[in-house]
Amino acid sequence: MTHVSIDLTVNGRAVRETVQARMTLVDFVRERLDLTGTHVGCAHGVCGACLVLIDGVAARSCVMLAASADGRAVETIEGLSERGATRNLAEAFTRHGGLQCGFCTPGILVAAHALLAETTRPTRDGIREALAGHICRCTGYEPIVDAVADAAAGRQDAGP
Amino acid sequence: MTGSRAVPGLRWPRLLAGRGRYVGDLAVRGMREVAFLRSPFAHATIRTIDCAAARGLPGIDAVLTHADLAHVVRPFRGTNALFETLVAPEQTALASSHVRHVGEPMALVVGDSRAACEDAVEAIEWDVDPLPVVSDPERAVSADAPCLHVAAPDNVCLAMEASSAGVDETFATAETIIDATFRFARHTGVPMEPRSLIASFDPSDGALSVLHSHQCPAAMQQAFAALLDLPAHRIDITCPDVGGAFGIKQQLYADELAVVATSILLGRPLRFLADRLESMASDIQARHHVVYARLGAASDGSLVALDVDDLLAIGPYSQYPRTSVGEGRALLTCTAAPYRVPEARARSRAVFTNLGMAGHYRGVGHPIATAVTEGLMEEAARRLGVDRLAFRRRHLRSVDDGPQRTALGPTFEPLRYAACLDALAAAIPTSDLEVWRDRVRASGALAGFGYAVFIEMTARGPAFYGDGGAEISTRDGCFVRLEPSGAVRVNASVTEQGQGVETAVAQVVADTVGIALSDVAIVTGETANTTHGGGTWASRSLASGGHAAFQAARTLRAEILSLAAALLQCGPETLDIIGGSIVDRDDSNERMTLKQLAAVCHFRPHQLPAGRQPALEAVASFGPTDAPFRAGCGVQLSAVEVDPDTGVVRLVRHAVAHDCGAIANPLFVDGQLKGGIAQGLGAALWEELVYDDQGQLLSGSLADYKVPTALEIPDIQIVHLPAGAAEEDPDTPPRFVGVGEAGTAGAPAAVMNAINDALAPRGAKLFQMPATPERVLQALGAARG
Ligand code: FES
Ligand code: FES
Repeated sequence: MTHVSIDLTVNGRAVRETVQARMTLVDFVRERLDLTGTHVGCAHGVCGACLVLIDGVAARSCVMLAASADGRAVETIEGLSERGATRNLAEAFTRHGGLQCGFCTPGILVAAHALLAETTRPTRDGIREALAGHICRCTGYEPIVDAVADAAAGRQDAGP
Repeated sequence: MTGSRAVPGLRWPRLLAGRGRYVGDLAVRGMREVAFLRSPFAHATIRTIDCAAARGLPGIDAVLTHADLAHVVRPFRGTNALFETLVAPEQTALASSHVRHVGEPMALVVGDSRAACEDAVEAIEWDVDPLPVVSDPERAVSADAPCLHVAAPDNVCLAMEASSAGVDETFATAETIIDATFRFARHTGVPMEPRSLIASFDPSDGALSVLHSHQCPAAMQQAFAALLDLPAHRIDITCPDVGGAFGIKQQLYADELAVVATSILLGRPLRFLADRLESMASDIQARHHVVYARLGAASDGSLVALDVDDLLAIGPYSQYPRTSVGEGRALLTCTAAPYRVPEARARSRAVFTNLGMAGHYRGVGHPIATAVTEGLMEEAARRLGVDRLAFRRRHLRSVDDGPQRTALGPTFEPLRYAACLDALAAAIPTSDLEVWRDRVRASGALAGFGYAVFIEMTARGPAFYGDGGAEISTRDGCFVRLEPSGAVRVNASVTEQGQGVETAVAQVVADTVGIALSDVAIVTGETANTTHGGGTWASRSLASGGHAAFQAARTLRAEILSLAAALLQCGPETLDIIGGSIVDRDDSNERMTLKQLAAVCHFRPHQLPAGRQPALEAVASFGPTDAPFRAGCGVQLSAVEVDPDTGVVRLVRHAVAHDCGAIANPLFVDGQLKGGIAQGLGAALWEELVYDDQGQLLSGSLADYKVPTALEIPDIQIVHLPAGAAEEDPDTPPRFVGVGEAGTAGAPAAVMNAINDALAPRGAKLFQMPATPERVLQALGAARG
């Protein structure tokens, strides 16, 4: 079994580990780093539950190898939440019922965070587009779209 | 006493912070991982399974087949004593002599990582003799069909029929007969968290504890006890956070049973996390029907008879312990329930196939019954040239009729179908929809809208499982206790998968006692700490668990008032509890806090009148026994555009008017409706487990099985009928009716009716779900001739 050593930051902390070359990034953050907020809903790149930020860009960690995160900055829902980056999104999800079982939620929060980093004036259709790579089986999406729109409005009020 | 408030879910702060505790996030010291060798053949005789090479691989602890497990775990059969003719072939945790569907577990590997286990699965050498395959329901009952079980030479698991006396005579004299064959694709529930469990058996004390992503921990406790020869009270099932379930996590699964049995055999904790590919092949599947149905009308346009003949493709076995015939049963009960039809007959045959295991998925049979009934109603209105809503109003049962006995036999309490229809039509006038439709049609596109009146049978009583011999509770219990802090702890047997029942039960307790919700802590889903209860199935939890919570909280409240009255030397009737304070009922002046009272009772009970032993805990349980179920009802509306060149259907709008009795938390009720409707829309347009004629699953990933996304599901308008006045009485338990399956019950029918309204100007019809572009184009092509 080939192993590689990788050097990266995860949620702002430096991490150096040796992993099997075939280990996916999601298995690495979940099993090695105990960051279990990133979920596996399909492991084949469709459901979006495993979304993380890599150098600030949203990526599906189930179809990425841990080795390919070498030298990069990975941020997971735990990191975003702890530094308050998803606070107003979480509040809006709470107001609108944007989650039920919560399994899709971390991935969707990461996607919504990435969207609002690009624009605080997304249209409803724009929000739906931005979430198109996520499956939520519980909510029917409308409460999620409401929540993201509400959070965006909140960020506009708060200024740039 | 119990108000209706939009309170957020108690687990949400954790879930939003990425601090969920799903089974896959948990670990038990010494735990090993599991993977299965699953049959790649739909039907075969097993010749050999040779595990020697796999056992020698690094990181592998054990590789087991049926022979290794047979002395630990009993075989099982999904019988129900109410149906003597039900054929329930024996099933084993791991396949013994035959495999009968793709994905059936053949061997189990235990190792130190899932990846190592999967490598070992590849190294197992096996050989089988393929057998002829039954891959669709019509083939299953054809004369020369291969047979799955000697006990069922015709492949029929169970044939059921309900009928009034004069169906054939009435059809013979009917002026108009509308008929159609409805086809429904095979689905599965796709909870986003796949099935998972950690089984830990401790051989030193014989105790089994299972962390289980499940809806019905108490039922699993009974099932494991029965099949593993363990005393049930030595088994604890705990459901941590569960990432969706929808009926899929209500069952006993052969693979999960094999994991538990292996934990007993090895005496160590084992974790099984199903991946999505094995979930698609091995999760419970449902909704695979071919229904021929006809409706007869007299010369004055009144409905006189209905006849429904259903073929339901189950899997190769009858699901244990609930059977696989629930969809057919629901069809026999609720077909045409909303309408006055003097004569009716419904038949359902559940047939064995070499497809995946079939059972209960959110809505069990309701979506089929509704699509058939409502499809025929709209087709009849078209044929008779009458307005669809007027035609329905003419035949809808009224609350003024009293109990509503249908021609198929069952009697329903008076349901407010007509009021739902009126509320929907008031919110979205038909004239507005017609204006929209005409405008779209004028531009050359196809557009239409359709309705579906539906019934939802919720909160079942004990008649089916109890009398059928299945150890499945229809009750739920609630234990409440006042802590020294003045807070109340609640242990409830309801279970939470995101629907919000846990929060709603806590709300009922908080409101009934008279304290803030933040002063309530609740535990659910733990067999060790709650009464034996039903958990989640058939939209029942709040109807039973909310009632129990109310009663327990009322008892605690009465004791608190009595103790306070003893301390304050007044009558308990002069006191009230508001916001955690004991106050004078007249002027709401605070006499003492709940915390002060609790401290006296816990730490200084000698201050109470002599001999008084405070009882700061109360328990109650409840299950409906007076009726087979509580019914809710409603009407859904769908509006669609159909592209005549591509066949693509676009959902333009969707609405529902609904009557579900008292509403504890509108956030969750609306969430259930919207989420359920989204699943129903998936059924109508996209979701299909496609198997080829060799029983190979062709849509076994989420790339192939299309679950709708935010791009496809429109915003959904909800109109609630206000609850009746009786439900405001503080001394009466709130009468909750389930709402979890209303969405899936009605949405597919409404969409199909909208599509047929859109196709009607072209003379085309479509009665097959999902309405894929290909099927829409075929329907248009057939109409062109
Ligand atoms: S788990 Fe990565 S996309 Fe589904
Ligand atoms: S909240 Fe359950 S999958 Fe989205």
